[in-house]
Amino acid sequence: METTATQNIIWPDVELIRNEFPILQQTVNGNPLVYLDNGATTQKPVQVIRSMQEYYTGYNSNVHRGVHTLSQKATSAYEAARHQVASFIGADHTEVIFTKGTTDAINLVASGFRKEFLNEGDEVIISTMEHHSNIVPWQLACEEKKAHLKVIPITDKGELEMDVFESMLNPRVKIVAVTWISNSLGTINPVKDIIRLAHAQGIPVLLDAAQAAPHIQIRVRDLDVDFLALSGHKVYGPTGIGILYGKESWLHKLPPYQGGGDMIKHVTFAKTTYADIPLKFEAGTPAICEAIGLGAAMAYVTQLGIHKVQAYEHQLTKYAIEQLSTIPQLRFIGEAKHRAAAISFLIGDHHPSDVGVLLDQQGIAVRTGHHCTQPLMERFNIPGTVRASLAVYNTTEEIDRLVQGVRKAVTLLG
Amino acid sequence: MTIKEQQDRIIEDFEVFGDWMEKYEYIIQLGKDLPLIDPKYKTDDNLIRGCQSKVWLHAELQDGKLVFSADSDAVITKGLVGLVIQVLSNQTPKDIAEAEIYFIDAIGLTSHLSPTRSNGLLSMLKQIKLYAIGYQAKSIQN
Repeated sequence: METTATQNIIWPDVELIRNEFPILQQTVNGNPLVYLDNGATTQKPVQVIRSMQEYYTGYNSNVHRGVHTLSQKATSAYEAARHQVASFIGADHTEVIFTKGTTDAINLVASGFRKEFLNEGDEVIISTMEHHSNIVPWQLACEEKKAHLKVIPITDKGELEMDVFESMLNPRVKIVAVTWISNSLGTINPVKDIIRLAHAQGIPVLLDAAQAAPHIQIRVRDLDVDFLALSGHKVYGPTGIGILYGKESWLHKLPPYQGGGDMIKHVTFAKTTYADIPLKFEAGTPAICEAIGLGAAMAYVTQLGIHKVQAYEHQLTKYAIEQLSTIPQLRFIGEAKHRAAAISFLIGDHHPSDVGVLLDQQGIAVRTGHHCTQPLMERFNIPGTVRASLAVYNTTEEIDRLVQGVRKAVTLLG
Repeated sequence: MTIKEQQDRIIEDFEVFGDWMEKYEYIIQLGKDLPLIDPKYKTDDNLIRGCQSKVWLHAELQDGKLVFSADSDAVITKGLVGLVIQVLSNQTPKDIAEAEIYFIDAIGLTSHLSPTRSNGLLSMLKQIKLYAIGYQAKSIQN
């Protein structure tokens, strides 16, 4: 990434934005909180908190069945949230399935492929930089079906080796499942190229968009992606809710994931017919309140303007890299040309957890460890990294605090 | 010194520190000074897996007392491990099994015991207790 002297980082309303996040107005270990663990989860604006409070205080009721007023109100709000999500990613609302999160969404697809499309000798392609949640479901499916899990290698800078990927494509490959943005390295993968190359051989693509959703615009039709998974809590929404987008044609082909209420059309002991999409994949009472909260979160980001968010975070990331670079012995893990707001680094031989503990003492929240990407850490032969991941409410002052904090940690560690 | 006396001494040592930096400087120094574990004991069997930092713990019975040696790949964890060893090494299995560990809380490092911290300290304390109970049971059998 190019780094130039960064001044005039303009987000005129950053203080207004911060005021909408009550949790940020606190001190930790005697210092104003600097929250830089947004890759793990983002904080929630009052708009989201309020929407969830209104649900429980005003119209908590089960969806899709009651004829009474509250149930109809809850159903409308739940389905309105689905429309909000659909518009956020540029899909039709029938293609949006509410799940527990990205992990659940990937498991849904992996389970469907295991049952229906994956056979002995087939292949599934993932990449070296996948989160465990986009490795293990495929590994389980492949083990059961005696299929092979193939892994796209990456360069030392943390970019996919696209020529190798191209050579890996063949008729035995049943799906390509890759992350859009690496949670550990911040790399933005060339997903359009990945999809184009896979489609040229008739292979569907699943994108793990957990890290993409808060940072860049998602347009599933432009991407022509077959499946896309994301988590609510990483995009200013609540935990316990996420979505799976699936192209309508794929959702019709994919068998149900779990059985239960809400996903059926008619049940007899001899045979059950299933509800139409998307309800076919939503067995049981869903996370109604969380879905409504997710809708509110996406409305919030839409109102901020995802392009403005992206532009601001891009400048902030540049500033952070530039400032962190002034620390002697600091090396970045992941130096992709196209990158988002997750910045991983190590300092000399210091263990990441030591740096993390000393930053916490100064009220600075970062993530240390392997970030649920152990194979990636092995690729770089490191125990883990210190990761600062930024969000729209972070400021240059907070980056300065991080840099001072790291300097202090290094002094203490000697 | 008894386990209680060892803990009280550490608590007294920590009272002089004016701020967190002095405290952590001391812990880091302890980590650096902790005698290295004999490499032959740095095995996977002796590895206590925390989420982030690794801790190796070796125990052996010498003249009826349990002697611990340990190591960690993170220096703060190593310092904390050093403190635990100061308290619990060279004590009888019975005393270790029955000991109440209160010094970590008293010196303001309770957060290091939280399971979410995953630095192996909590697992190490458990492992030490398990060794003690194991050796205690063995000695009763014999």
